[in-house]
Amino acid sequence: MEIPVVQICTMIPVAKEVGSLRVIPSGGIVSPTGNPALAPNEEKEFRRNLVLSALRALQEEL
Amino acid sequence: MGKKVRVIHYLNQFFAQVGGEEKGGAGPGVKKGAVGPGRVLQQALGDRGEVVATLFCGDNYFAENQEKATEKLLQYAALSDPDLLIAGPAFKAGRYGVACGAICRAAQERLRIAAVSGMDEENAGTALFRKSVYIINSGSSAARMAPILQRMSALGIKLAQGAPVGKPEEEGYIPRGIKRNEFAAKPPAERAVDMLLAKIRGDPFKTEISAPEFHPIKPAKPIRDLASAVIALVTDGGLVPEGNPQRMEPGRPTRFTALAVDGLDRLDPDKFDVNHSGFDTAYANQDPHRLVPLDVARDLEREGVFRKLHDTILATGGAHAAVENATRIGRGMAERLKTEGVDGVILTST
Repeated sequence: MEIPVVQICTMIPVAKEVGSLRVIPSGGIVSPTGNPALAPNEEKEFRRNLVLSALRALQEEL
Repeated sequence: MGKKVRVIHYLNQFFAQVGGEEKGGAGPGVKKGAVGPGRVLQQALGDRGEVVATLFCGDNYFAENQEKATEKLLQYAALSDPDLLIAGPAFKAGRYGVACGAICRAAQERLRIAAVSGMDEENAGTALFRKSVYIINSGSSAARMAPILQRMSALGIKLAQGAPVGKPEEEGYIPRGIKRNEFAAKPPAERAVDMLLAKIRGDPFKTEISAPEFHPIKPAKPIRDLASAVIALVTDGGLVPEGNPQRMEPGRPTRFTALAVDGLDRLDPDKFDVNHSGFDTAYANQDPHRLVPLDVARDLEREGVFRKLHDTILATGGAHAAVENATRIGRGMAERLKTEGVDGVILTST
């Protein structure tokens, strides 16, 4: 059995170079699943959308 | 001329003329003098050295009893009071290559003698032992036995006599990843420009620092039915329990930790810390969800988007990770998640 992994990260070329196959661009180096500039409820919505994208990527056939 | 170097030669059951694949289970043994390719080795050594004994073992036996076989072979080796161990060459044969590497390393460490093996670059033994053992790049064809044994014996004699060893391309061994200071005729800027010009012209050039190689990864099958899947959260951003009781490294990691989040709806900033030497952790410490999206993952679990959020978060501090350590940590995480029945992973990286 193998487990699909999706990586939420900022440095996409690095992720690809080391062999990451499902990559979602993050909110930034200091807050991959957040954005300190947003209001708390907006930030959570942003995070939810990132995680939903990640879940979609886990269901993609490669 | 120095004293003759006393050489022991390691061979598998086939080359030691014990038998073919059917004798793969044969245990360790020793014969006096040179056997089979050992005679070619003796010619290559000339009067610089003498093959005093041949050690051998069946490839399967060695693979299944590595410690026991190594122990026995070292005992046999010590009886001959050797200065140098030559193992193989094993060419493409994987089990043979691993045995050669293991016995060379053990002889270096425990008998304190020089050791040289020979293998193809793609041999499993090369990946395992090239950093600790000199391995002459033999290529895959056993037809090159004589020239390869010449290189192995030339390097072996140097090592046994304590003579300086040249670079991999001069001696023919597989690079061990050792860096040595030396004086260059030109300063770095000039060398870099020379290389760039050579590259533009299409001339050959050689980098002074080779980047690590990453092998392609086979994609895992996607999740077919998300609604019945268990999803785990993993991070290399250094999430730890408040106060970091396990003293997890903030960088140059050697291990990972598991944080229990069973029943937690959110990561309380007073109960979790972010410990990582590669980025400003202030924002993630204010709200750990900026690093690990537990809050929204819990919401999505409740809404039935997926069946279950895994009850532990795995974390390491990934700054400046050595590729070898990172690979080992990743493998450890994957094995654990597999046994715990996880179907998919969301990895967050800074």
